[in-house]
Amino acid sequence: MIVMGIDIGSVAAKGYIISSGHHHRTIIPTGWSPREAGQTIIDQLLDASRIERDQVERIYVTGYGRVAFEQADKTITEIKCHARGIAELYPEVRTIIDIGGQDSKVIRIGEKGQVLDFAMNDKCAAGTGRFLQVMATALGLDVSELGDAEEPGEMQMISSMCTVFAESEIIGSLARGNPKGGIIAGLHQSVGKRVAAMARRMGIREQVAFTGGVAINPGVKRALEEELGTRIIVPEACQYTGALGAALLALENR
Amino acid sequence: MLDQFMEGFASAREVNLMRIKEAKDNGLKVVGIYCTYCPQELILAAGAIPVGLCGMSETPIAVAEETLPRNLCPLVKSSYGFAVSDTCPFFHFSDLIIGETTCDGKKKMFEIMRDLKPVHVMQLPHLSNTKASFDLWVEEIRCLRSRLEQELQVTISDQDIWAAADMINKEKKAIKAMFDLNRADPPPLSGMDMLTAAWSRSFSSNKGEMVDNLNGLVREAANQPKNGKTKAPRVLLTGCPVGLGTEKVIRLTEELGANIVAMENCSGYKTLELQTDIQGTDPIVELAKTYMAIPCSCMSPNPYRMELLDSMLDDFQADAVIDLTWQACHTYNIEAFEVGKLVKSKGLPYLHLESDYSNSDLESLKVRIEAMLEMVEI
Repeated sequence: MIVMGIDIGSVAAKGYIISSGHHHRTIIPTGWSPREAGQTIIDQLLDASRIERDQVERIYVTGYGRVAFEQADKTITEIKCHARGIAELYPEVRTIIDIGGQDSKVIRIGEKGQVLDFAMNDKCAAGTGRFLQVMATALGLDVSELGDAEEPGEMQMISSMCTVFAESEIIGSLARGNPKGGIIAGLHQSVGKRVAAMARRMGIREQVAFTGGVAINPGVKRALEEELGTRIIVPEACQYTGALGAALLALENR
Repeated sequence: MLDQFMEGFASAREVNLMRIKEAKDNGLKVVGIYCTYCPQELILAAGAIPVGLCGMSETPIAVAEETLPRNLCPLVKSSYGFAVSDTCPFFHFSDLIIGETTCDGKKKMFEIMRDLKPVHVMQLPHLSNTKASFDLWVEEIRCLRSRLEQELQVTISDQDIWAAADMINKEKKAIKAMFDLNRADPPPLSGMDMLTAAWSRSFSSNKGEMVDNLNGLVREAANQPKNGKTKAPRVLLTGCPVGLGTEKVIRLTEELGANIVAMENCSGYKTLELQTDIQGTDPIVELAKTYMAIPCSCMSPNPYRMELLDSMLDDFQADAVIDLTWQACHTYNIEAFEVGKLVKSKGLPYLHLESDYSNSDLESLKVRIEAMLEMVEI
C-alpha cells in the first residue's frame, strides 16, 4: 500500500510517502498558499518515488494548513501526528516538545504512542520560531545561523518575554557593546524558559524528544536541557515527525 | 415537533421584549439582573418582572474600554458596554439593576454603572462555610427586600415570597428535566439546543409559560424515536458563563462531530439541584440557604462544584471535559487546576481553554478541541 502524510506548517510544509517499505520525504517553504504548498509536496514525493498519483491509497494531512487542502482523505491534528511519528522513531519517549514557526506545544504520550495530555501556546510569539526569526533579523543574521553563533559562557539574559520589547532590549544590549554570542545565548535561554514552564505545568516524563523547525537549533536544545534538568533527544528528522505520523496513521487507516 | 419547541425558545427574546415593553406601558416594574446569585423570588414577590441583562456580545466591548481597563473579563466589559451605549433593551426598560460582589471586576464596574441607573449591589460573602458569612447573606437578602419595596413602592409579603420560591423551584425542576434528557445516548438535544432553551429563561416574563414549554419539550423528546448509540464523543462543558452570543466553543465542538451533552456552568446545571425549602419559617433564611449553596468559583472553598461535576460526569456518561475560562476571570482560571485533577483522576481527557468573546482564536481553539476529541477512544 502507498500512503502519504503531509504536514503544512506556518513556515514549512513537510511530506512523507511510504510505499512497500520504502519512503521518501521532502520539505519546502509554505509560502502564502498552504494549498499550493501541499500540491508541490505531492508532486515532489511522486517524482522522487516514481509513483503515479492514482497509486496513492490515502493522503492524511496535518498542520495549520490542513483545513485548506482538499485532497486530504482525512485531516488530523499535529498533536496526534507528532505522537504517532515519535512513537515510531523512539518508543521510549513519553514527552514531546515541539516548537514550530508560530506555536509551541508539549505532548505527553503513552506506551502505544497515544496522546495522554497536551498544552499549546500560540497566542504569543514568545517561545516560538517567530520570536527567534525577529531577533535574528535584529542581530543581522539568518535564523539558521543562531544555533552555532551562541556563546553560553557570556550569556546576556533577556528579561522581556514579549517579542516587541525583547527586540528593543537586544538592540540596547548591542549598543552597550555586549557580545553577540552572549545575547544569542540569552535569547535561546528565554525560549527555553518559556517552553519549559509550559512543560513543567503539564508534568515532564522521560524520555523527552524535541521536534519542529526550532529543534534544529542546538542552542535551544541546550537551554531546554538546562531548564528541565534532563537530556533531550532531537530526532535527525525533527521537522518531519508530524508528516511521518500522518503517513503512518494513513497506513494504519486510523 | 422538537423543532417547534426549539423555535419557541429561540424567539423568546423578541417575544418577551415586546411583552415587557407592554407591561412597562401598563405600569409594571422591571428589575434587571446579571447573575444567578440574585434571588429573583423577591422580584417576583414584589410583582415586578426580573429580566436577565445583556453581556454576551463582543460588539459593545470597544465602548466599554473607553471607561474600563482592557485586561478585564469580557463578560464585565460587555455588560457595561451594553448599558453605557443603551443597546440592551432590557437594561433600558429596567427600573432597578441588581448586582452582586461575585468578583472584583463586577464589584467595581457596578460603582460606575450607578451613573446610568439605580444599582443595588448585594455583598456576597466568599467563604462558603462560616456562620458569619451566612448571617451576612441573610442580612443582604433582607436589605434587597427593603430596597425593592422602597424603589418599587410595594410591600413584599412572606406569603408572596413563598409562592415565588415555589414557582422558581418548579422552573428549576423543568430545566433540569430538559438537561437530563441528554443522559441518554444518543443525546436528544444538541448543546446549542440546550443553551437556547436554558438561555431563554432569563428573558421569560411569564414563568408559568416557560415551565409549560419546558415540560412540553421533555414529553415530546421522550416520544422521539431512539436512533441507537452514536459514535460521537460526549463532552461536558464547565467553567465561565456561556450564553447565546458566546457559544463559540459549543459550536466548534459540535462542528467537529462531538456532542455537548451537559453544561455545568451558570446557565446550565450549576443551580438546578438547589431547591428552596418552602416548609420553613422564614422565607429569607430559606432563600439564603439556596443561594449560598451555588458552587461558583468565587466561593472558597468550593467543594460542591467538584461533587456536582463528579456526579455529572457519571450521570451524563461524559467522554471528555472542556473547561472554558474567559480571559481575566481569575477564580475560574485558578479553579481549573482542581477541575483538571478531578477529571484526569477519572481517566478522561480534560481541556482547559482560555478565550474571550472575539473570533480571533477560532483556529487555535479548533485545533485544541480536535486534538482532545482525538484522545477519546470510542
